[in-house]
This record gives sequence, structure tokens and C-alpha cells, in this order.
Amino acid sequence: MQLLDPTNEIQPALRPGTKRPASLAGLTIGFLDIAKTRGDVFLDSLQQQFAALGLVVKRYAKPTYAHPAPIALQQQIALDCDVVVEALAD
Amino acid sequence: MHPETGYIAFVKEDCPTCQLIVPALTQLATAQSPLIIYSQDTLEFLEPVAAAQRIYDSTLETSFRHAIETVPTLLKIENGQETSRIIGWSKPEWQAFTQQPTLGQDLPEWRPGCGAKNEDPQFKDQLMLRYGNVKLTARTIEVSDAEDEIEACFARGWSDGFPIVPPTPLRVYRMLQGTTRSAEEILGHLPHNHAPVSIEKVAINAVMAGCKPEYLPVVIAAVEGACDPKYGLRAFMASTWFSAPVVVVSGPITKKIGMESGFSAFGAGNRANATIGRALNLVVRNVGEVKPGAVARSTFGNPGRYSFCFAENENDTAWQSIAQERGVPLGESAVTLLTGDGVQPIGDERSRTPESLVISLAMGLKAVYHHKWNLDADVILAVSPEHSRVFENAGWSKAMLRDALESKLQLETKTMIKGVGGCTEGLDPAYAAANPIVSKFLPGGIQLIRVGSNAGLYSAVISCWPSGGESGTQPVTRLIGT
Repeated sequence: MQLLDPTNEIQPALRPGTKRPASLAGLTIGFLDIAKTRGDVFLDSLQQQFAALGLVVKRYAKPTYAHPAPIALQQQIALDCDVVVEALAD
Repeated sequence: MHPETGYIAFVKEDCPTCQLIVPALTQLATAQSPLIIYSQDTLEFLEPVAAAQRIYDSTLETSFRHAIETVPTLLKIENGQETSRIIGWSKPEWQAFTQQPTLGQDLPEWRPGCGAKNEDPQFKDQLMLRYGNVKLTARTIEVSDAEDEIEACFARGWSDGFPIVPPTPLRVYRMLQGTTRSAEEILGHLPHNHAPVSIEKVAINAVMAGCKPEYLPVVIAAVEGACDPKYGLRAFMASTWFSAPVVVVSGPITKKIGMESGFSAFGAGNRANATIGRALNLVVRNVGEVKPGAVARSTFGNPGRYSFCFAENENDTAWQSIAQERGVPLGESAVTLLTGDGVQPIGDERSRTPESLVISLAMGLKAVYHHKWNLDADVILAVSPEHSRVFENAGWSKAMLRDALESKLQLETKTMIKGVGGCTEGLDPAYAAANPIVSKFLPGGIQLIRVGSNAGLYSAVISCWPSGGESGTQPVTRLIGT
């Protein structure tokens, strides 16, 4: 489907991704394990490296990688965290 | 494909006359002059005609390009160009046109044709958009088939919070049929970025708001008014105060497009009221980039920022409309833009004389903002028909009522000084000493609008942005064109 842009077209048509923070210092970082095999291994390793930098990490996990995260889990992560790392591994 | 010299017929099976004349078409197809027959639906009913001479105009492009309005239509082609055409079935006419004296001799003398399929409203606009000389210049946004188009509009930040109608090129083209003005025309520039506002952009936002094409001239007039620096849109939308644009529509167009001036004129339920006001706010949001938390800094906001638009009640009254008061001739339609914070009721069910009722109205007006505030501001006083009748029956014009209200809204500043009554808010003592009496509002700033249903001895105050006049926001009126 085609839509006609209702704006002044100053912004690019391709929406940019969410702005990345300049630093993780002082931010709450969420790790979302999507429940795919060995994703936890990757996140464990990452958590160790983050801890060495003095960063706070909260862990979350999807029930299954086959479906989107349940709304309640999405809302909890949004309430708790400033940034999220979502792991995918095989 | 087309004969250099010969005939082209346009038919459809859905037309009984087209079915009736198949023998004549078959006869013509086997005559010396070449014939091509275009069917707008099926080819089966034309089976007596040789397959090479039957074409299914599946896209209706050929019918559109030949501007076929009726089937059957028979074109005469000479040197590759159409030189004449006949429509419907008239035996003598077809015989003369084709120079075939025995053409369809067993058929009735005359039968009317049917409307061509390309003229069907569900196809006509699509054909015009696809094959006509339509120029839409707005950037095209591709939304994948898997994506919900309404959610896609939310995701792009185009919505005021309610679902919007996705602005497809077809819907925008249809919206633009509501005006005689060019889609490319620039109406003005909107804050905060002075972005030019074209009629096409207005039409896109009017589609999203849910407008009908016949509302578009009203939306255009409202946007023209909003672009006028006198209106001060940037000032009041960027303010921490409450105000929203208030769109008052006056004149015969209100009845033509079914606007509500009576029951629940302020909302909700009338499509024209709701969507015209919403379209203006969406233009301000999307073209002007005035969005909450960014440029729009209102502490509370206001439900009117979704839509605050209504028609004046001009039924059975000797009072002039606000548009007439502002110079619009009787019989013309106009939009007047004001600012408004909310609706504060004034009930008075007992006054039957102007002298009594004006006291109630003045008391209601006096309460606006703060008892100790007098401001160079306009204020809207919405007067119901039952209240206006009290004044009209006694021969009071709007001007007389305004004068009476202003005289009752001369305030003694000694009661408004900081600290008086234990309240720190108030006037500076030196100012109060130099100005023992002040006007509550800008002189001439009480905007009287007759609106509402015939039952209810009520009026309503809608306070305007507190800084009026040349340094703030002023009412703006624009004629509604075509």
C-alpha cells in the first residue's frame, strides 16, 4: 500500500532507529534472552563484561523464541530499563 | 490493434441493449469496414463475433481514454482518429452511421444505452488517478501488505492519538475534488518551522481526520486563518497555557455540509464539526510540527486540541453572526478562528429581563483566569437561543449586550491587589493605585456567539489565550471559497 506523506517532509521517509545513548554509565540495562539455544551463554558472557565495567544488568527471558515477547514482559522491560540487549544465538 | 479506418464499439454484457444488438455487431464485424469491439465485462456474449475482433477492456483504460460514458457507443475512425460517435441503439442512426442499410433490420427501432462501467463511481476516480492527468506531489510512503495501515500511521507519529484514515493517493485525489483550487497552491506558512502548507497537504490531513470532500473548503479557510501571523498560533500553542484553536463556522455552508449548531454543537457526534476541527489540528501537528512536549508546551493541554469546531446557530435570530460582525456579507460563509481553554457553564433559569440576565453573564465572565486577573484578552461568550431570546425580545442587539457586559466588567483594583484576602496572587499595589478601575478583558474583546439547542437557559464562557491584541492572538476570519 502507498500512503501520501502528511508532514512537511523535512524528516527522512526512512525512519531512523532509536537514538543510542552516548554512554551506558548510570543506565539500567536489560538483557532479554529470547530462549533460543545458547543465547544464555552469550548473555552470561556479556553480563560478566558489563559487570567488570560497573554496569547494572537485569535479566529477562521470553517463554519461547517462536513468538513475540508477551505484552506484560515488554511493559516490564520498558518500565525497568533504559536500554535492552536482545540475544540471538545458534 | 485499432483500425486506421473503421469502427470501434464499446459494450458490456451487463447492458441489455448491448446484448440485444449482438446481431448488428456481428453483421458489422463481417462487413468491409474493420470493427473492433471492446467489452467492459465479459467476452462470452459476443461469441458470434470473430475472436480477433473482441477485446476485453479489463483495466477499462481504453474506455477511459475514449471518454466512454454510455454503452453501447460506436466510434467512427478515419486516418486513425475518431471523427464521430453514436450512443445507445437507434436503428436508423446506426444504419446511416455505418452506411449499412440492412444493419440490425430485425432489431427494435430504438433502445437506450446503459452507463459505462468506467463511469461507475467505484472505478472512475481510480481510472483518473491511474491514467488521467493527476499530479500529486507529496512524498509516497510504502507500507508493506503485512503491516496494518492504521498502525503504520500511528507508528509514523501522524496521529493525534485517535485512529486516522490512511491517506492513500485515491482518498487524497477524491478529497481534492472538494475544491476548485489547485493542489499545488500554497496557503501560507505554519509555525514553528514556517513550513509551506499546500492544498494537497491540507487534503492529506483532511483525509486522515475523516473529512468528506465537501468539507475541504472549510478546512482550507481554517488553515489560511491559522497561517495569518495575527492569529498567533505559534504563541498560544507553544505556551504553558491551555488554549486550543477554536473554529467557528458561519453562513449557509454549515447547513449544506450538515454541521451542528444546536444539540451538542461543541461535541460529540457530528462528523463535520469533529473532522474539520481535527483536520486543522492535524495540519498544525504534521506540517507545522507542533507536537506535545516539543513545540507544544501546554501544562495540561486541552480536549479542544483534538477538535473544537462548531457552527453558529443562525436560526430565528435578529443577531448578526460573528462573521457578519467581522465584515462578512450576509449570505457568505466564513470561518472565524479564536482560541479557547475549555467550556465553563453559566446557568440562569430565572432571569426574564436583559438587566437581570446580563448580571449573571458578567459574574460568569468575571470568574475567568483568576478573580484578581485583568488581561488584554478576548473571551468567548456562547449564548444559547433561550438566553439570546431574553435579549432579542427586549430589542437588545449583540452590540448592546457587549456594552452592558463591559460596563459590568469594570473592576475595582483595590480588591485585586497582591495579598488582599490572604491570597498572594494579585496586582502590584502601584499599578492598582494608578489604575483604580480596570477592564476585565480587552475592550471589544467579548466575542458573542449564539450556539446550542433550543432548550436550556444556559450560556458558557470559553476563555481565550490570556494575551490578546496585537502582541498576542487576535481573532481571524476567512471567507470560505470553493
